[in-house]
Amino acid sequence: MSVETVPGHITGDPGAQPLASRQYERHGLRAYFNCFSGIVWREVLRFLHQRERFLSALVRPLVWLFIFAAGFRQVLGISIIPPYETYVLYETYVTPGLLGMILLFNAMQSSLSMVYDRETGAMRTLLVSPFPRWFLLSSKLLGGVAVALLQVYAFLLIAYFWEIEPDWPAWQIGVGEDEGFFGISIPPPFNGYITVFPAIVMSGLMLGALALFMSSVIKQLENFAGVMNFVIFPMFFASSALYPLWKIRESSPLLHDICWFNPFTHAVELIRFAFYGQLNLLAFSVVLGCLVFFLGAAIYAYNPSKGLIGRRGGPGGGPKG
Amino acid sequence: MDATLKQTTAAPDALTVRDVSHRFGDFLALDDVSLSVPSGSFTVLLGLNGAGKSTLFSLITRLYDNTSGTIAILGHDVRRQPTSALQRLGVVFQARTLDADLSLRQNLTYHASLHGLGPREAKRRADAALDLVGLAKRAGEKVRNLSGGQARRVEIARCMMHRPALLLLDEPTVGLDIGSRESVISIVRELVSKHDIGVLWATHLIDEIDETDAVAVLHKGKVLYTGTVPGLRQHAGIDDVSDAFRALTEDQGRSKSKKTTEAA
Repeated sequence: MSVETVPGHITGDPGAQPLASRQYERHGLRAYFNCFSGIVWREVLRFLHQRERFLSALVRPLVWLFIFAAGFRQVLGISIIPPYETYVLYETYVTPGLLGMILLFNAMQSSLSMVYDRETGAMRTLLVSPFPRWFLLSSKLLGGVAVALLQVYAFLLIAYFWEIEPDWPAWQIGVGEDEGFFGISIPPPFNGYITVFPAIVMSGLMLGALALFMSSVIKQLENFAGVMNFVIFPMFFASSALYPLWKIRESSPLLHDICWFNPFTHAVELIRFAFYGQLNLLAFSVVLGCLVFFLGAAIYAYNPSKGLIGRRGGPGGGPKG
Repeated sequence: MDATLKQTTAAPDALTVRDVSHRFGDFLALDDVSLSVPSGSFTVLLGLNGAGKSTLFSLITRLYDNTSGTIAILGHDVRRQPTSALQRLGVVFQARTLDADLSLRQNLTYHASLHGLGPREAKRRADAALDLVGLAKRAGEKVRNLSGGQARRVEIARCMMHRPALLLLDEPTVGLDIGSRESVISIVRELVSKHDIGVLWATHLIDEIDETDAVAVLHKGKVLYTGTVPGLRQHAGIDDVSDAFRALTEDQGRSKSKKTTEAA
């Protein structure tokens, strides 16, 4: 190796800002908030601009609801199981499953697409930000959830006109009972729309974290069809989204066990109960546990020194030139 | 190298890479690489495809950590002080990384938020940065409507938003026509002279090199030469830069073991 000294500075224009006066401040809370809202805002904006994506995200669950569920109504009778207190129509049973489906597709689309499309570049511009990586990845996940929330509520609005809505007694926040009640009373279906919100956020985060982790581990996926075949469909069908678990046990105990160990089942159940103002503790614990586990794994995988990202073939990793 | 080191103690270089090696499994992508980019200099990282340029850029941008050696941006170690280092770094990646469906200004303000800037300041800087690359009038348009060269200029504007001290550009002119190439190069050269930025420009195109530039030749993960352009010609004993580069890399390929012992 041969080395020679390089002439240093090229004298600059006197009006230009000298390097010394550049301020690089430590990041305060405000800067973190700016970064977070910028990331979420971009995800939402991008989604709103991609009209085809918005439309297909909306049409997909509606096709299931209006065609599949209507056709299945006669075939599959649902007995009274919690959280339902009466016989419910199949459309009502399947709605939380379809909300789960929206979350699943959205998570896979926004996180897993990084493996193969131009998002690789977007991920690199994200990771070159000076903020801590765990913060950037978590913000990105919440951005994905914000997009999912738009889809979920758009779907619920249409389902409302189809008369598929939660119908548990009005949610009362206040003191007193009956005529002596003083406070806010939220009637159905709005009570369900509110109580389902945290369940959607948690489930969305859990599925997003899973997809993010997968995006750092999986080396190659030819296209989104591959993700559908190997991830989305197995997760969706082997769950309680379309049929209650006890029905599955009747036909195959093994399949029942597989469904029970599928985190997506618990995400759907969490949403189903929350839709009726109830907390399913088991589902809550499983979803929370999976969220912590998958998020931890994703942050580990994207950690520059320990993670898998520097291995050959990781997203943006490996030598190209 | 001694001369460069002395300089470092006075005012830190925009970029210092020292004794960096990196392997992917058994493949040694970078082998004991050392180079520096002084502030206000235009340094060309010259190497063929597969030379290790992108790996080096991944390490400088801390996509993953270097396991041996040190990388510092304006004296801030990338591994130990990542926040301080990345605050001073601007990058233009080889792949297009703008959101095609968003407007120019939206792309830029998103980037500003990644550096913790608030919306008002972000918008102000976005307009100033677009002015810098001559696209201020198109701030509200979607990136999709831009030509390849214009998109590249937006990317340069974007990485200037947080006022970096070091600019990395990874083969920024690939796929551009001659006119766009020239405008991209002249914009970056102006940034160097006016704003005292250190630029590391990775390329395999010899004609992008100016006589006054600093050059680092990277070949199969090794730095074969760092210094001035006339020095490169002298080193190879050939009058033409292109031929000198070819001679250097071919020579390296043929008698690899001989060179290594000489360097040691």
